[in-house]
Amino acid sequence: MSAKEYRTASAARGGLLTVIDAPRVAFGDRVAIRDHHGALRNGQVIRSAEKEVLIQIFEGTDDLDLESTWVRFLDQPLEVALSPELLGRIFNGIGEPKDGRPPIVSSLKRAISGSAINPAARTYPREFIQTGVSTIDGLNALVRGQKLPIFSASGLPHNRLAAQIVRQAKLVDEESSFSVVFAAMGVSYADAQFFKDVFSSSGVLGNVVMYINQADDPPVERLALPRAALTAAEYLAFDLDRHVLVVMTDMTNYAEALREVATAKGDVPSRKGYPGYLYSDLAEIYERSGRIRDRHGSITLVPVVSMPSDDITHPIPDLTGYITEGQIVLSRELHNQGIYPPVHISPSLSRLMKDGIGKDDTREDHPRVANQLYAMYAKAQETRNLASIIGAEELSEQDRRYLEFADQFDKQFVGQEEDEDRSIIETLNLAWELLSMFPKAELTRVSETDLAKYHRSGD
Amino acid sequence: MIQKSSERNKQGVIREINGPIVTIRLPGVRNSEQVLIGDLRLVGEVIALQGEEAIVQAYESTDGVRPGEPVETLGKPLSVELGPGLLGGIFDGVQRPLEALFETSGDHISRGVAPPALDRERAWRFVPDPELAPGMRLERGARIGTVQETKTIEHRILTPPNLSGELMELAPEGDYKLDRCVGRLKGDDGVTHRLYLYHNWPVRLPRPYRQRDHSQKPLITGQRILDTFFPLVKGGKGAVPGPFGAGKTVVQQQIARWSNADIVIYVGCGERGNELVDVLETFPTLQDPYTGRMLMERTLLVANTSNMPVVAREASIYVGLTMAEYYRDQGYDVVMLADSTSRWAEALREVSGRLGQMPVEDGYPAYLASRLAAMYERAGRVVTFLGDKGSVTLIGAVSPPGGDFSEPVTAHTKEIIQTFWALSKELADARHYPSVDWVGSFSDHVNTVARWWHDEVSPHWKRRREQALALLARDAELSRIVNLVGPEALSSAQRWELEGAALIKEGVLQQNALDAVDTFASPKKQFLLLEMMLTIYDKGAGLISLGVPVQELRGLEFMSRARRAKQTYDSDQTEELEAMIKEISDEFARIRVEYTKFQEHAH
Ligand SMILES: Nc1ncnc2c1ncn2[C@@H]1O[C@H](COP(=O)(O)OP(=O)(O)O)[C@@H](O)[C@H]1O
Ligand SMILES: [Mg+2]
Repeated sequence: MSAKEYRTASAARGGLLTVIDAPRVAFGDRVAIRDHHGALRNGQVIRSAEKEVLIQIFEGTDDLDLESTWVRFLDQPLEVALSPELLGRIFNGIGEPKDGRPPIVSSLKRAISGSAINPAARTYPREFIQTGVSTIDGLNALVRGQKLPIFSASGLPHNRLAAQIVRQAKLVDEESSFSVVFAAMGVSYADAQFFKDVFSSSGVLGNVVMYINQADDPPVERLALPRAALTAAEYLAFDLDRHVLVVMTDMTNYAEALREVATAKGDVPSRKGYPGYLYSDLAEIYERSGRIRDRHGSITLVPVVSMPSDDITHPIPDLTGYITEGQIVLSRELHNQGIYPPVHISPSLSRLMKDGIGKDDTREDHPRVANQLYAMYAKAQETRNLASIIGAEELSEQDRRYLEFADQFDKQFVGQEEDEDRSIIETLNLAWELLSMFPKAELTRVSETDLAKYHRSGD
Repeated sequence: MIQKSSERNKQGVIREINGPIVTIRLPGVRNSEQVLIGDLRLVGEVIALQGEEAIVQAYESTDGVRPGEPVETLGKPLSVELGPGLLGGIFDGVQRPLEALFETSGDHISRGVAPPALDRERAWRFVPDPELAPGMRLERGARIGTVQETKTIEHRILTPPNLSGELMELAPEGDYKLDRCVGRLKGDDGVTHRLYLYHNWPVRLPRPYRQRDHSQKPLITGQRILDTFFPLVKGGKGAVPGPFGAGKTVVQQQIARWSNADIVIYVGCGERGNELVDVLETFPTLQDPYTGRMLMERTLLVANTSNMPVVAREASIYVGLTMAEYYRDQGYDVVMLADSTSRWAEALREVSGRLGQMPVEDGYPAYLASRLAAMYERAGRVVTFLGDKGSVTLIGAVSPPGGDFSEPVTAHTKEIIQTFWALSKELADARHYPSVDWVGSFSDHVNTVARWWHDEVSPHWKRRREQALALLARDAELSRIVNLVGPEALSSAQRWELEGAALIKEGVLQQNALDAVDTFASPKKQFLLLEMMLTIYDKGAGLISLGVPVQELRGLEFMSRARRAKQTYDSDQTEELEAMIKEISDEFARIRVEYTKFQEHAH
């Protein structure tokens, strides 16, 4: 560690500090900044030239003055200390304790930036996780090692759904075996508290690591936070062989912090002022989930992404959807009808469901039932639109059946209690109950065998 | 491989690191030259010269690199190794072998290590061309022998396409490792060149060939909406645009699995790691429907996943294309899938942004369109230097932000390609897969491939195809009416048209990639399914004009059976499909007789 302090700050704005005449500083290295109160701030080198170094300060540049700012280059990357003691602890975005307890002491430290998993080192995720939520398990199943975000919007119960998943997620026939890494960026005090309460009331607190940056904490710190959290998750998963569930909320706050810094740096904006590299930046985070050959543990990632103005084409959900392995989309319309969890199944998708369900994993009819439910619901949505134009009375008997199906589906299948933990078999049976509203001949996506076995008609 | 007079590598120094863009001082360095950056010796490429300084894009993360560290030129542009051992492999965006990297550096990709792309330890059985003898003249790109690379692929060992001269010596049949010399050639430049089982070629330079070939054959993919409705030809250029989740990757993987190409090159460009793993884990267990061999034996992967360094993403497409051209030059039909070209374009944008170049649309540089066109131009069917025909078919996925097809990458791509499979979010949301939208898609090849279908499958192909498209167009029109005034406004004949369109959609267009039977349909099966649905429609329309109610026809027993036929009968069971069509026709004839009788009775 270099003891030399530089007092050559030449500019400070938008979370960025320029220092001149600091020789040979390594790109990406950690920086300690002492301000005129003597308080320490943390930074990272984001551009390094012979004459000038640009530093991003996690605590921000507010209240700095150039004269009395001392900068020390620590000659090491931004790292966190790792040990089993992480569990049960609360940290800020750069891994400093936030629970009043001493820092983690360990000789094992890793750079939070991580490095890309070799695709040849991965194995394909295929183990079905039962979340107890029908719209997820039945239609958009989550598997171990998947990254499956919740697309939500302000005022929708994404946190409650995320918490329900944390409480209920388990492998079929296995006790809950997940360690949880919780990463909160720019959340309100109430939301942070809600999750703490959930963890403690469900008795998993000792198996949770929390990284928390609240709405009134410095935004730049949000850029480091998911990386610190994932470094801990990787340690738990691939060093300690645990199955780790990482919940991140809210990635939109993260992306906004990124935009703020990018703008200050003068990066060329692409859509809505977000930098062109937002895609790669998000991918660096999301792609840290997965399964690795010959490793016992796994990282399953459930980020919450709120869609500004409920717009799924907004760059943040859009780019997220291009990276993650599906998405669970919440709907304001369902929410306003009092349906919880208000999962809108049409735009929801789990890309990894195909290998996690079926005969050996859940039940043999599962893939076809999901397919059939989707087909019926799509037709029912069309019918609903039609009914809203011409009136339900004008519909044929067949069409009215679709309407009835849609209503029952929303009420019984989508809707469930916040503490209702449905087994996958219960979910599938419920599906058949609803599908049995139709005659067999109309159900062409399931097989004849499925119909014979599960259709509830008399014949 | 051409032996280089070992030019001394030039040394220089780093001045600035700005993410993947590194400014160096290295007088005499050339544009496009490769350099090793810093103490870590990261690989990079010179992309611009400014006075004494050169701008380098780094293919690896520059974390930890300092100004003042050394740089060294490699004396050559980014090149790939071309020789036996490529097939079945997975390489990163600059052709580093990822399996070998996994063995040496573990789960994560480490920096500054560059093992050769081709395994130097493996020996190959080389059979020299019996026609050749010392003293003979070899033109460029000549064949000096063969190696059986996989069970189905005979690898033709070629001299580099920029080298011709007199053969001085050729090794006898035997097992050779790649760094063993198998021949010597006195080049027209007067220099003696050693020949190996492989050679290098710079990726940004298209490999030359004798001439373009204009004959056209369909590329059969086994996907009904593609082959029957929007066909592509071998050597063609196709694009699959669509929002996330619409099914671009599945379309590309289906083509990788089931197309009648000799070689498949799958480039994962800025997409998910697990999608490549899916290919790596399943292809070795899947059978090529044409040769019966395992699919992995004809496949190779290039992976620059979304979390891997951005600028290598730009290179990965060229790395893939160069390998594709190399197999084309051996006389093979190669399909290259690029998922996704949008990530490639974004890599261009990223670099141009860091260079402070003036953006023109959505931050993209002005040269986006010309680079895209030049990239697709490397596809084509050619006469090789050997006099054979070979082709590279290039199919790019396009990922428009927000699913908006008017954005620059989609819009420019649409101008360049001949087959456009537009994926629709509405269809995907309704789980109508593949979500290829029959209104927004097009193919310039329908007339050219019609001949093939006429001769090989059925003389009625073109007419049936057009009839189906017309029915789908009517469906859209009628649905609009229904949405205005309700279904009661439709006549029976019109309602039957809706039913006919539904049959086409469910029985022909929708194809489940995950269903063991439905995943692939031979051209014959494709046609028979189309024939079946249209037979039902035609015969039914006849009955309806006699006054048979639509409801009664809808309730016919075979209606749901017809919808399931695609997953009931595989491509070998065309007789069963034909029998079913016959059965359906007979049943309609029976109803017709009965109905006429009934009506006479009523009179
Ligand atoms: N032909 C198909 N058959 C069955 N499922 C499909 C098909 N095409 C797409 N899908 C479904 O859609 C999902 C998303 O497809 P994908 O190709 O990954 O989309 P994109 O690459 O456009 O984001 C897949 O995981 C699969 O569940
Ligand atoms: Mg894709």
